[in-house]
Amino acid sequence: MAQDDDEEEPALPSGLGDQDDDEPPVPAGLGETTSDEPVVVESAGRSLPFELRGFADIRGGMRVRSDPDLERPTLGEARLQLEVERSWTPLSLTARVAGDLLFDPVVGDYELHLETGSGAVDLREANVVASPLEALDVKVGRQILTWGTGDLVFINDLFPKDWTAFLVGRDIEYLKAPSDAVKLSGFHELVNLDFAYTPVFDADRFPDRRRLSSWDPTQGRIAGADDQVPTVRPDRWFRDSEWAVRAHRRLGLFELAAYGYWGFWKSPAGADPGSGSATFPALSVYGASIRAPLGRGIANVEAGYCDSRDDRTGDDPLVRNDEVRALVGYERELRPNVTLGAQYYVEWMLDYEGYRAGIPAGSPTADEVRHVLTTRLTWLSRSQTVMSSLFVFVSPSDGDAYLIPQVTYQVDDHWRLQAGANVFLGREDHTFFGQFENNTNVYAAARYAW
Amino acid sequence: MERRIRTPITRGVVAVAVAAMLLFPGAAAAEDLDVDEIVQRANKVAYYQGDDGRAVVKMTIFDSKGGERVRKLTMLRRDDPGQDGADQKFYVYFHEPADIAKMVFVVHKKTGGSDDRWLYLPNLDLVKRIAASDKRTSFAGSDFVYEDVSGRELDEDKHELVKTTKDYYVLEHTPKDPSTLEYASYKMWVHRDTFLPTKVVYYDAKGNKKRVMTVDSVTKVQGFTTIEKTTMENLATGTKTVVEYSDVEYDIGIPDKVFTERYLRRAPVKYLGAK
Repeated sequence: MAQDDDEEEPALPSGLGDQDDDEPPVPAGLGETTSDEPVVVESAGRSLPFELRGFADIRGGMRVRSDPDLERPTLGEARLQLEVERSWTPLSLTARVAGDLLFDPVVGDYELHLETGSGAVDLREANVVASPLEALDVKVGRQILTWGTGDLVFINDLFPKDWTAFLVGRDIEYLKAPSDAVKLSGFHELVNLDFAYTPVFDADRFPDRRRLSSWDPTQGRIAGADDQVPTVRPDRWFRDSEWAVRAHRRLGLFELAAYGYWGFWKSPAGADPGSGSATFPALSVYGASIRAPLGRGIANVEAGYCDSRDDRTGDDPLVRNDEVRALVGYERELRPNVTLGAQYYVEWMLDYEGYRAGIPAGSPTADEVRHVLTTRLTWLSRSQTVMSSLFVFVSPSDGDAYLIPQVTYQVDDHWRLQAGANVFLGREDHTFFGQFENNTNVYAAARYAW
Repeated sequence: MERRIRTPITRGVVAVAVAAMLLFPGAAAAEDLDVDEIVQRANKVAYYQGDDGRAVVKMTIFDSKGGERVRKLTMLRRDDPGQDGADQKFYVYFHEPADIAKMVFVVHKKTGGSDDRWLYLPNLDLVKRIAASDKRTSFAGSDFVYEDVSGRELDEDKHELVKTTKDYYVLEHTPKDPSTLEYASYKMWVHRDTFLPTKVVYYDAKGNKKRVMTVDSVTKVQGFTTIEKTTMENLATGTKTVVEYSDVEYDIGIPDKVFTERYLRRAPVKYLGAK
């Protein structure tokens, strides 16, 4: 297999000559040794004293079946996001603001509600990060917070989520709703500690009946826009606060963590008998997780105990019971650019007898143990410019499923196209995924980012 | 320090040999190196310059129709203390394009084992641990694969010194286990003075050139031979990636803790330098 080397011998690259090596090095940009000018890394905000990024996103979606309670479009919006970030290195401080201007004729509510994010402006981030001590980071303000090891399964991540955005096909980043909080992170060889204090309860943005119909337990049927749930939210500053703690460290290949949360159920989990409003009863969660490589993949185990503090014995039918949640997951690459992940998740309701005793006659009963299997299949193709993915939730115990296929095509460095669907299947109307069956939708989006 | 001078010699050759010895203490005269030493030196120059380093990297990916995509990132590298050729840690902060901006990729490279890898998605504040993947998968959609960036273990291939020319050692490498490389063999031209591999050609089983890496320009930073521009051309797909390095600095004193979760979530502006 001898090759004709002389033809292929490379000319010396500029900068390597057979001049003596003890000549002083040629400074970049001088002399003919470098034919290219030194590269100056340009970014969009280079001419400004801070970094500016953003995108314009337009997306639309509709339900595939007609729904007696709601209109056909599930999603129709034009969004402009602007993000500004500035760092002051000597102070080790970074400030960041990101906000969205949203034109959303489907819901058509433009009144500003910065806390819930509804309306024409959705302030995603407004925070400052600093390191007042060498081993301490402090982040104050509106921020996205995430921890835990699950993939779309949240046991110890009690930070607010936007379920509506997730279920109708907004970009995945919108699943996480911002928290208005102070986060302290301390780092030490023995253990690292995170402490997130939210002075006023940040609830989940739960499925909005103006867009998605869902099970109404008081009426015993699926309900839509005409039956929006009034909620009573704990909203007293400092009295209705949330504390979330994580202790974590790496031990060899293992990532270990222990978690604590004191606050409230994030989505309505109770009812006020007088007004019929949905409430957010008190909740504490204690949990732990381990994540480590296993074979050619990554395995994770996570568990949590949900202590529904307002109903410890389980016999208050208006308050959700205590619960244990556990998860086992594994992800590995099947072949280059193809990754498969799977999880098995259980929710085990405690004090089940108390729950059974309190259920009104004729109302559907939840199982004591709810089993959920998930899989995620991701495939990168065409030089990694096309990402096809399918995430599936299946609950054999509830008899329902939620499938999320999606294709994303990065057209060039600015334009991105996306199309996908949210498919809900269920034997019953009252189960977690089955209740959304009428909302099965397809959507498409185009985004220009800089 | 040994010196063996073969006759006849010119003053130029002696000067080069002396300079080479000054740069690499303990070196034998150039002609007497065996292939393993050359391969080790080349590996050192390619992946282990200094104890740590930073580079701002601009990667331009040309598709077969001439369309261009640009990736800009800043890379920090730290060699675990001890022997060169040992474990390393990498911190990669992406600047552009917008869809990957502010993402962070951290690798703990372990020789003789699977790397540990994490990806941070800033819009979700999500630290994702990534499964060990095929090292021959494309890096950031370019014509470079993961192993080109992090280094291929020297004992994976059989090495042979095929030829020595005025400027180069010409080496040929064949994988011991053919399944670890999608090519049958590759040939490397190692610059004799600096031990920098300046050209690598990958061949298929029939001897056809399939992929070619060339170093286009080189400079010296703090005395270390540093690539400024390199090109990887994939002859099978007709695509090409050009990588340009700038703002290179070595021996900055990057602490080990930069390659942990703390800095995945919060970019170490102090070490990333000009962003």
